[in-house]
Amino acid sequence: MNYPLYIRSVPTENELKFHYMVHTSLDVVDEKISAMGKALVDQRELYLGLLYPTEDYKVYGYVTNSKVKFVMVVDSSNTALRDNEIRSMFRKLHNSYTDVMCNPFYNPGDRIQSRAFDGMVTSMMIQVC
Amino acid sequence: MADEALFLLLHNEMVSGVYKSAEQGEVENGRCITKLENMGFRVGQGLIERFTKDTARFKDELDIMKFICKDFWTTVFKKQIDNLRTNHQGIYVLQDNKFRLLTQMSAGKQYLEHASKYLAFTCGLIRGGLSNLGIKSIVTAEVSSMPACKLTSYFLTNVFSSYLSGLVVFVSCFCYLEDI
Repeated sequence: MNYPLYIRSVPTENELKFHYMVHTSLDVVDEKISAMGKALVDQRELYLGLLYPTEDYKVYGYVTNSKVKFVMVVDSSNTALRDNEIRSMFRKLHNSYTDVMCNPFYNPGDRIQSRAFDGMVTSMMIQVC
Repeated sequence: MADEALFLLLHNEMVSGVYKSAEQGEVENGRCITKLENMGFRVGQGLIERFTKDTARFKDELDIMKFICKDFWTTVFKKQIDNLRTNHQGIYVLQDNKFRLLTQMSAGKQYLEHASKYLAFTCGLIRGGLSNLGIKSIVTAEVSSMPACKLTSYFLTNVFSSYLSGLVVFVSCFCYLEDI
C-alpha cells in the first residue's frame, strides 16, 4: 500500500512530473530492499543512496525500520550537493517524522499536516535551492 | 528510582480511570480491556518509531522479536524479557518473571483475577510496535502467579492463510504450551 504521507516540490510548476518520478522510484526502493542480502550495499543501513539518475534529476532513497520510505529528487545541475549532505537531510526528515508520530493529533497513516514538519522541509529546500 | 514509579503510577490510574468511566455493560463485554489495548497500540506505534530511529535495519522477524525483548523492554520496563520461545512459525512467547507493572500488586495468587486489566496496555504496546515494523499480530497475556507473566504474540501472515492458521494456531498452541 504505497501512497504519499507527504509530498512537496519547489518550484511548484511541473509538480505532477515530480509526483510521477517519486511514484516510479518506489519500485527501485523495493528492489533495493529485497536485494539487500546479495547487494554490496551495507544491508544494515537505512540510507539507500542514489536510486537512479535521469538526464535532469538524481533520485535518492531512505527506508526506515518502520517501512516508511523517503524519496528525494534533486536537480542534476546541483553538483554542490554531496552524499553526506543528502544523508543529513534524510536524518532530519526521519527525526521530524518521529516527532509527528508522537503527536497526539496525528493518526498514523494519515497525510502529514504538521506545520512544524512543513517548516523543516521548507528550510531544507531553501538551503539547497 | 523515581522515574520508574512515574509510568507505573500513571498506568495504574489509567486502568482505574477507564474502569470508573465505563458505561453500562462495558466491563463485562470486555470494552474496557479493548480500550486499554488500543491505547497501548498507539503508544507502541510512536515508541517504536523513536526507538528504531538509530538502529540498524532488522534482518528478519526473529531479529525484531529479540529487539522487543531486549532494547524495547529495557527502555520501557528497565529490564529485559527473561525468556523468549518460538515455534519458528509465527508464534513467540515472551516470559517476564518479574513484570514491573505487577510487582507492587502481589507475590502470588492474590488479586490474580485483576491481572488481565493491567496487562492489556502492554499487549497493545507490543502489537502497536510490531504493526509499525510491518507485522500484523495478535498479542495475548497469561498470568498464573504474580508477578510473572507470559505474553504470546501470533504473527498473522496474510488474510487467507490466517483462516487456516487460525485452526492450526489453536491446536498448536495447546501442544506448544504443554512443553513449557
